[in-house]
Amino acid sequence: MTGPGSAPDAGARPGFGDFVARARAAGELVVQPRMGMADPLRMRDGLIATRHADAVTVGTLTLDSYTRTGDLAAARRALADGVGLNGYPIATHSTDTTRAVLRGVAGARFPVQVRHGSAKPEHIVRALLAAGLDATEGGPVSYCLPYSRTPLREAVDHWRRSCELLASAAESGARPHLETFGGCLMGQLCPPSLLIAVSVLEALFFRQHGLRGISLSYAQQADPRQDEEALTVLGRLAAELLPDVDHHVVLYAYMGVFPRTPGGARLLLEDAARLAVRAGAARLIVKTTAEAHRIPTVAENVRALETAAAAAADERARQRRTPGDAHALGDPRTPGDPRTAGDPRTPGDPRTAGDPRTPPGPDRTGAEDTGIEAEARALIGAVLALDADVGRALVRAFAAGHLDVPYCLHPDNAGRARSSLGPDGRLHWSSVGSMPIAGLADGGPRPPILGSTGLLSALSHVRRAYDTRASARPPTPPDLPSSAHTPPVPLPRTTSTPRRELGLTTP
Amino acid sequence: MEQHAVEQHGKARPAVPTPEPAVLDVVVTTMSSDSHTWNLVFLQLLLEELGHRVTNLGACVPDELLVAECRRIEPDLIVLSSVNGHGFHDGLRLIGALRACPELAGTATVIGGKLGISGPGDPARQRELLAAGFDGVFEEGGSVVDFRSFLAALPASPRSLPTGSGALR
Ligand code: B12
Repeated sequence: MTGPGSAPDAGARPGFGDFVARARAAGELVVQPRMGMADPLRMRDGLIATRHADAVTVGTLTLDSYTRTGDLAAARRALADGVGLNGYPIATHSTDTTRAVLRGVAGARFPVQVRHGSAKPEHIVRALLAAGLDATEGGPVSYCLPYSRTPLREAVDHWRRSCELLASAAESGARPHLETFGGCLMGQLCPPSLLIAVSVLEALFFRQHGLRGISLSYAQQADPRQDEEALTVLGRLAAELLPDVDHHVVLYAYMGVFPRTPGGARLLLEDAARLAVRAGAARLIVKTTAEAHRIPTVAENVRALETAAAAAADERARQRRTPGDAHALGDPRTPGDPRTAGDPRTPGDPRTAGDPRTPPGPDRTGAEDTGIEAEARALIGAVLALDADVGRALVRAFAAGHLDVPYCLHPDNAGRARSSLGPDGRLHWSSVGSMPIAGLADGGPRPPILGSTGLLSALSHVRRAYDTRASARPPTPPDLPSSAHTPPVPLPRTTSTPRRELGLTTP
Repeated sequence: MEQHAVEQHGKARPAVPTPEPAVLDVVVTTMSSDSHTWNLVFLQLLLEELGHRVTNLGACVPDELLVAECRRIEPDLIVLSSVNGHGFHDGLRLIGALRACPELAGTATVIGGKLGISGPGDPARQRELLAAGFDGVFEEGGSVVDFRSFLAALPASPRSLPTGSGALR
């Protein structure tokens, strides 16, 4: 994954990105939970359980909503009153407490990432660096529009400063890592080209502000074929536009309204894992069977990690049996493949991303081409043409409606674009607003989603489909993935127990 | 295309009991810590389809802004929606602030969504919210059906102030 010229600096401590790169080289999908609880002891137990799961894992500290929105007084009150929080309040617990949570668990063999959702994340970046961590996620657009009412211009400033702060960890020998959230945005009903464009633009923003370890996200949508095409495009654009950056693609298991039944939730997660393998994503962030209902327990998260790892292994085995069947496997331009970094069609110049002289054309890989790439290139090109500074370009692009997130209520979003969901689960545009992509995708504009019933029906398409599939299946023991037949023994409190982890010495 | 009973947004009127129900000025909002908005978009569409006028305050609404907007609009109904799990505590704090304003002391105010982090079905939580001053608590399950009955029973608006346009342009 490391592109030419970005070999690990001599003496730098291996970081989050290096772990994922090693796993990838070993043919393993890294799986990661969304996990955060207020109590430090439970948080530590959660990390230990993640580390010991039967899967190649990295750990997560998911932060609570008060910390995300900068309301530290509310976080403090909630802790004092013992009120349940929806995450770990990293800026409220003392640095010593967080260090104690991580001690002996987090490290090069088990990197831990902080997941937040803040438009103004300086306090979070400061807290995570103080605790000895250096991996987090977000972005000036994706943690502003769906997560706040902060003006985009301000979020860009805060994110610039936060990137610089995070990047400065490299001075002390760390290899900081930042993941875009742009591939998720509102979680559902956003056509893939816009997700890809924002993910890539945020990655370029991170690079401009000093980051050299970056992952680009994409969230599973409602049609696996469309998602495979999207992930292939994302990997290709990343290799092309970030040749000098250590990067990988991370897939999020479905981020919209989740199946209600444990069986449906599991099938959806398994499909995410299979998709990740087919489309060459290096890391998968899982969802649990509790997703539709409440904050998951540690045990539910561990089961999700193991379910995903098992499905990924199964998919890899299937690919080995029928290599011709899996076109993405035979694709020499698989996302993140080191070979792609040296062979960009338009070497490293972001300005040519939207070059009309590189039309989509018939796809060389045999993967489907419905116009996602043409749209993504047009969006990225139009934004980068606005200003040499990526942050300013993003602000201007939203003001002009060149980027426009469907159904996003943020005041800086134009709100003219609308999406459409086909009966097969494919996302389309019903209106592109002022985005420069009219006519680029197959088939032209589709009928809009109408009314509260239509909206709810579209939002629940995936839930319905998977709950139905689960009920049609021969009954399996409820909520028990194949790997969970081991008795529920108490979790080890030490970290010396062997796990399927990638040792530092593994090439 | 998934498209069922409802026609054009804002146009559909369900079969309703006579007399014609009240047209209400409604504020739809979430709380300061909550950034979820699909719930708000859904509730706005639902209320508009029932003929009501909606001002949607969007994500992460600070207490002061929420109170100020409600004092300015003097709505017939305030709908608080939260799904991030902090709704119970944020709601208890807010209802006090709303009820402390003389203009809002008697305004119909409801809360709904996913109000805690451990799933629905805590009757004590509902009772506490009602005791604190909410007129209705709608958690998950059949919450939308119950909410429609609640709406149908609200008295007619004495005023016909047009409110600001909702955030869904
Ligand atoms: C999409 C989504 C997101 C998107 C939201 C994008 C956006 N701007 O809206 C993103 C990815 C950004 C997101 C972020 C977060 N999310 Co979220 N999200 C979801 C998800 C998957 C779907 C929610 C949704 O859109 N539903 C569609 C709408 C239309 O339905 P609804 O919100 O459920 O509302 C229905 C009813 O509740 C009811 N209703 C709601 N309000 C009211 C009010 C009244 C008066 C009435 C009558 C009815 C009513 O009407 C609706 C229709 O039936 C849910 C899980 C799920 N349901 O599958 C989690 C979920 C709501 N999220 C959750 C959390 C915790 C978060 C985060 C805090 C991150 C975290 N710690 O995990 C952040 C939010 C940060 C913050 N500041 O709050 C938790 C909440 C946990 C809990 N309550 O126990 C959930 C349940 C996931 C989980 N199991 O952990 N999320």
